[in-house]
Amino acid sequence: MAIDKATVAKVAALARMRVPEAELDALTGELGQIISWVEQLAEVDTTGVEPMTSVVAVDLPRRPDAVTDGGYCEKVLANAPQGMAGFFAVPKVIE
Amino acid sequence: MANLTGLSIAEALDGLARREFSAGELVQAHVAAMAAARPLNAYITETPERAIEGAKAADARRARGEALPLDGIPLAIKDLYCTEGVPTTAASHILDGFKPPYESTVTANLWRAGAVMLGKTNLDEFAMGSSNTTSYYGAARNPWRRTGDNRPLVPGGSSGGSAAAVAARIALGATGTDTGGSIRQPGAFCGIVGMKPTYGRCSRWGIVAFASSLDQAGPMTRSVRDAAIMLRHMAGHDPKDSTSVPRPVPDYAAALTGDIRGLRVGIPTEYRVDGMSDEVTALWRQGIAWLEAAGAKTREISLPHTKYALPTYYIIAPAEASSNLARYDGVRYGLRVPGGNLREMYDNTRGEGFGAEVRRRILIGTYVLSAGYYDAYYLKAGRVRSLIARDFASAFETVDAILTPTAPTPAFAIGEKSDDPIAMYLNDVFTVPASLAGLPAISVPGGLTRDGLPLGLHLIGRAFDEETVLRAAGVLETAASFTAEPQGRWSP
Amino acid sequence: MTAATIQGKTGPWEMVIGLEVHAQVVAKAKLFSGAAADFGAEPNSQVSLVDAAMPGMLPVINAYCIEQAVKTGLGIAGAINRRSIFDRKNYFYADLPAGYQISQYSDPIVGRGAVTIDLPGGVSKVIGVTRLHLEQDAGKSLHDRHPTLTFVDLNRSGVALMEIVSEPDMRAPEEAALYLTKLRSILRYLGTCDGNMEEGSMRCDVNVSVRRPGEDLGTRCEVKNVNSIRYVRQAIEHEAGRQIAILEAGGGIDQETRLWDPVKGETRSMRSKEEAHDYRYFPDPDLLPLVLCEAEVARIEGSMPELPDAKKARFVAAYDLSAYDAGVLVADRETADFYEGVARGRDAKLAANWVAGDFFAFLNKSGKALAEAPVDAGRLGGLIDLIGDGTLSGRLAKEVFEAMWESRESALQVVERLGLKQISDTGAIEAAIDAVMARESGKVAEYRSGKEKLFGFFVGQVMRATAGKANPALVNDLLKRKLGG
Ligand SMILES: [Mg+2]
Ligand SMILES: [Zn+2]
Repeated sequence: MAIDKATVAKVAALARMRVPEAELDALTGELGQIISWVEQLAEVDTTGVEPMTSVVAVDLPRRPDAVTDGGYCEKVLANAPQGMAGFFAVPKVIE
Repeated sequence: MANLTGLSIAEALDGLARREFSAGELVQAHVAAMAAARPLNAYITETPERAIEGAKAADARRARGEALPLDGIPLAIKDLYCTEGVPTTAASHILDGFKPPYESTVTANLWRAGAVMLGKTNLDEFAMGSSNTTSYYGAARNPWRRTGDNRPLVPGGSSGGSAAAVAARIALGATGTDTGGSIRQPGAFCGIVGMKPTYGRCSRWGIVAFASSLDQAGPMTRSVRDAAIMLRHMAGHDPKDSTSVPRPVPDYAAALTGDIRGLRVGIPTEYRVDGMSDEVTALWRQGIAWLEAAGAKTREISLPHTKYALPTYYIIAPAEASSNLARYDGVRYGLRVPGGNLREMYDNTRGEGFGAEVRRRILIGTYVLSAGYYDAYYLKAGRVRSLIARDFASAFETVDAILTPTAPTPAFAIGEKSDDPIAMYLNDVFTVPASLAGLPAISVPGGLTRDGLPLGLHLIGRAFDEETVLRAAGVLETAASFTAEPQGRWSP
Repeated sequence: MTAATIQGKTGPWEMVIGLEVHAQVVAKAKLFSGAAADFGAEPNSQVSLVDAAMPGMLPVINAYCIEQAVKTGLGIAGAINRRSIFDRKNYFYADLPAGYQISQYSDPIVGRGAVTIDLPGGVSKVIGVTRLHLEQDAGKSLHDRHPTLTFVDLNRSGVALMEIVSEPDMRAPEEAALYLTKLRSILRYLGTCDGNMEEGSMRCDVNVSVRRPGEDLGTRCEVKNVNSIRYVRQAIEHEAGRQIAILEAGGGIDQETRLWDPVKGETRSMRSKEEAHDYRYFPDPDLLPLVLCEAEVARIEGSMPELPDAKKARFVAAYDLSAYDAGVLVADRETADFYEGVARGRDAKLAANWVAGDFFAFLNKSGKALAEAPVDAGRLGGLIDLIGDGTLSGRLAKEVFEAMWESRESALQVVERLGLKQISDTGAIEAAIDAVMARESGKVAEYRSGKEKLFGFFVGQVMRATAGKANPALVNDLLKRKLGG
């Protein structure tokens, strides 16, 4: 299935990445090429084959219900581009 | 005094133990060499003060008779590992200014063993690439050049800075990460040993994620013994990583007996691919001969789904990456490019913060997961991945290890393949299958091309059987007696 | 009520209602990190590096949250899936640090279950539960602290939630309210969610559509943020009305997410969520499938308390209560335990009347919690004992109870202090009757000539003469005899 410019623009919006209009054509070409290349998987017969859900054959490890972490607001906020009064700050969101 | 930067880790540990030199001297020599080799652009951040400080502490411990197993060994750390208080960039603009308030488990393990950090090495942005040309901090360079050709070559990727640093003798060893070949391919391109252990062997906690089901930390060194030594102090169960496997870590160096008599080695028919250079084919044949001469039994095996490994990888890895990289949004750390509202801030930050290759992969990953395409791409790739793992499982019923070339070509010139993403992806054709199956694999330098570039041989083993892989690699290393060194032409 | 229809201008309509409940799991720590999960802390003080989605951070699941989800699943007769998967739900929002929520999509921990609700008139109805899954809560965005900025607090980020999705089996706002009440009661019995809707530890989204009776399902709207049982009723009422008005005017319903505005009492379209979602669910590669073994499920099953339905059936059978009374008493575990404490070894019906009657009335008026009530189960039992042995009349008992509530004394102490013992001495009562008859001889004559309505008057006079302490049954008997002459 060929990818068109509108699809690329839609996917870029979904991924929250501004793609300059000028790059859109080239990107559409590249993505189209990659997608048609990966489509060769369609020729593999995978009837009855479960998709691989874990690489290691172990049970999901569980931790006990104990408070062992947190309590270091300054560490959490140390790298924030913008913060105020112990909060992260972002441009105002109107619901 | 010996040429301190030319030592292996094993030799350096011996020299330190015999008091032939101090950790201070060892580290100082590397700090000086690191500064002299800046044109390689192998490091993004140098931390000489920290290294010297660490060496002092190591010397003090040794004087008290309390030396740790890696005390005073100067290492380079791929800038994908979070290091407390030291900038961690993933070679991306989007992590501008980020200083982690925490230390990755693998580096913490190394420091606990006494190793010291020289700096953070260059890589492809977010480890996405096979040439180290996608770094926001500029391409790292391969210390090797073709004979009679002064064009700078790529060190391979994504752990290109680590490979270049080890090859150029500006670190005794380095950490890398391997998602589809990112330790092994640059290892081969730079003429060093690079090992990807079994998925689950090394903790992923504190390593910037690219593709969670594939990422593995591993050592990059100038000898197989050094890889064994380093891996022992990187690996181990970590309760903070749900995919870390609770198994004891063996003394890998003890596995290097040199005895592979009776070892059954598979040669996969399907790895004879188009575009493979005749020199690579010849080295592969040579590798088979070396193993047989040492008493191994080689035989043809079939891994029928090999051809589908790359397309499978280029669905799964971007899909996971598109989700793993969603956290870079300008809210909690790193770059923020302002916008009129939250949505614009996201679009601007992520549009400007990610480079072209990362954007490309995020778009592919977003696309293959999106409504209506998930089954055809992501789910299908997951099924084919099961078949690829099954191929290996049945092969390992009759063989103990698999020998292939590491990469279809030697290092290429910077800019040579950058206009064709798929041509670039083909670099990983031999390394990706083992990544998809989560198996341990190593690249060992096997020889030089006619124009003087290193080539690697690649061994794949059973899950958690790093010991067999290392033992066979040690035999190849001895047989190849690869002693060539890059010529140091990076000096301006 | 069950087959409620609404009369529109063009004919009858039927509501189809389904609920999605987010219930915060009772646990000390978060679902995938060791940070504390409780309410009301300083901003960002209960945030681990994992909750803030710092680079390279990884989730590790809380064992107790798994157990709580299984317990809840068993409590709603749900199928416990032996293998479930944690998926990533991908979307961008300032209070969603990783850019995805770890949730369960195709393979939840609990499959189909059911909750039975009791409708008025003794009819019960089974509401199907589609699924229950575990997921992380998001952080909190505060929009009103700054003129141009939204503030983000990640304390709630990563707190464990159970999302419990019902089938569209409800047909009236009242049914939805009953379902929610019953579900909350089960969660509280199990101790898996505190059910506090004000603090947000239980939140509700309502799916509403309307159709002509007997027709196929109409287009539904999801109403978010309906966070009290009263609002659930109102929101459904309003939303169904809105949809009917549109359809009757010849319009169509857009499938959309709407927000309940409790101030205006209406639902409105959520502009910020208008854009079509594509959550790109896929299994979280940082986690492995969750496998539950038979023994583990059996162990959890063995630790389950008696649940409201079973308790109610037992109350009806063992204490001979009406289904209604039993239903009231089992609504929460503390009340049921309290009742059993009062009823044990006594007249269970009388105990039920007292608990559900005066005791509740006083408790509600005081605004106190059951555990803080000044009359405990033992003392209330003591009061009932005094009624049983004839020491107190019903009327006196009420007086005693009031005094007990004030003074925290036992019934016996109050009776002795106030001298409220019932007069069951025939001589004393006869004397009182004689005195009244002598004083009211005219009325006696009227009574005897046929005006029997005056009997009540005489009872009143006798009771007044004995300060209300005369045993009413004895007064009746004796008075009848003496007036009959
Ligand atoms: Mg939902
Ligand atoms: Zn939910």
